[in-house]
Amino acid sequence: MNRPNVTITTTTLLVVFFVGSILALRRVDGMRPNATLQDVLFISSPKVLKRLSLGYDGLLADIYWTRAVQYFGERHAHRASQYSLLAPLLEITTTLDPHLLVAYQFGANFLAPAPPYGAGMSKQAIDLINYGIENNPNDWHLYYQLGFIYYMDRKDYANAAAAFERGTKVPHAHPFLKVLAAQMAQHAGDTQMARALWTTTYETTEDSQIRGNAIAHLRALQVNDDVTALEKLVSDYRGKTGKNPDTLSDLVRAGLLRSIPRDPTGRPYKVASEGRVEVEAPDEMPFLEKGVPPGYEPPPPKDLEKLVK
Amino acid sequence: MSSPIRHIASNTFREAVRDRVLYNLIAFALLLSGAAILVGQISIDIERLVVVNLGLSAVSLFGVVIAIFIGIGLVSKEIEKRTLYTVLSRPVQRWQFIIGKFLGLAGTLVVNTLFMAVGVFAALFYVAHKFERADGWILVALYFIILQFLILCALSLLFSSFSSPLLSAIFAFSLFIIGCFSEDLRGFAAITGSGLTHMLVTGATYLVPNLSALNVITSVAHGQPVAPILILYNTIYALLYAAVALCGAVLIFDRRNLK
Repeated sequence: MNRPNVTITTTTLLVVFFVGSILALRRVDGMRPNATLQDVLFISSPKVLKRLSLGYDGLLADIYWTRAVQYFGERHAHRASQYSLLAPLLEITTTLDPHLLVAYQFGANFLAPAPPYGAGMSKQAIDLINYGIENNPNDWHLYYQLGFIYYMDRKDYANAAAAFERGTKVPHAHPFLKVLAAQMAQHAGDTQMARALWTTTYETTEDSQIRGNAIAHLRALQVNDDVTALEKLVSDYRGKTGKNPDTLSDLVRAGLLRSIPRDPTGRPYKVASEGRVEVEAPDEMPFLEKGVPPGYEPPPPKDLEKLVK
Repeated sequence: MSSPIRHIASNTFREAVRDRVLYNLIAFALLLSGAAILVGQISIDIERLVVVNLGLSAVSLFGVVIAIFIGIGLVSKEIEKRTLYTVLSRPVQRWQFIIGKFLGLAGTLVVNTLFMAVGVFAALFYVAHKFERADGWILVALYFIILQFLILCALSLLFSSFSSPLLSAIFAFSLFIIGCFSEDLRGFAAITGSGLTHMLVTGATYLVPNLSALNVITSVAHGQPVAPILILYNTIYALLYAAVALCGAVLIFDRRNLK
């Protein structure tokens, strides 16, 4: 066989064998669907990993942070209720690089909220933020985040106020921390306070995901207020007429409303059975506590960045 | 610089280029551009950090591999090919041969690092769309990486002057890894108290290269400054340590029976 023929034959065989090996491997993968162990930390000790990184701990921290994001994202999308590896992954990430602020800020947001919006692990979120404060004592965002978790997820208003107060002492802290610390005594538990916190979150970040999340929460608070007020009017209508209104137009005709109010997405509210007021499309507005049908299961929030205009 | 040293250094550089050592730049470029494009899609808010951490780690690790694998063959390959006898039959001293080889390999690594540095800054500009004042500290991290290379080149030459390439590679890699743990070794020495063990462990901490002090990648990735005094003392330390290793290499090679 001459040289060109050898080249052509060998190249053809190479391509054929390679494609064949890919097809065979796909069949093997199909027979072993759970062969890839994703829920496993082969080395769970952050200190051991830091030693093994040979000084390249920053790069390893980036890899572990990406792994934590992927882990949370995948389980969140599948509406998981268990996030057993999330806290260890975040602990490894922050031990490898204690100055990786994004891991504290987003990591606490993954850990603290109750399912389906987060892992429901507010204690671990507080531990994470406290570790962040220990290593980055001059970053006021972390004190704000700590107060936020105490307020929103633990309903622990005293510790929330203390966290905001500590934050005010950090150089170049956002002036609103003082307002939050002061208001906490008067308005703990109010929607007004929650609105102030989410507004501060929105105003003090450039990150579109955090801003989108804040907008979604502010919208949900707006709906909660609207539904509470409208259900009060429905109750008044029932008191006057002895029956529930069929639509909100009945309230307009009765002089209780000037026009039919709309939710933050621009859709009109509606009256459901037994005089409950609901939004038209609850799937479009995550974090709703009111205005949804009984037993409603919200889908995991997605594309919150789109809310930022 | 004396003429024989310059000739040996330039020949070592040319030989490294001929051996396609600089091909590692292609792998580096692919790695960095891939990271710059992909990380934003699979992670959150660490694009800039990844470019700096991955870029500098890759500069360091690629360079370490080149320094060790080329360094260990610098003497043994010349003996194996019998070109060493031709060189030494001319008016070239053995010490000049060792110094020339060292400078040639160090030059190769500096050129390689400069190309990679351009790649790191290009990728950084791609993800951040601007440079910040703190990005200047990346240059310090690159300088420290070059200092690491000088130490490793000298150590590889030292082992190459009396051992086979395989053993030299094992010795050099072992010292690289021990050097990365040098601060732990120092901590261990501190807890041994006084006595013979303390003296032996303390002696070991000065014998092995302290490479961890030359690694500031993670801190510069966060834009943290490096103290000028640290730059000065790291420079002095690295140059002195490399000089010690080179002196050792010269002493051994000068007495080696090449017949």
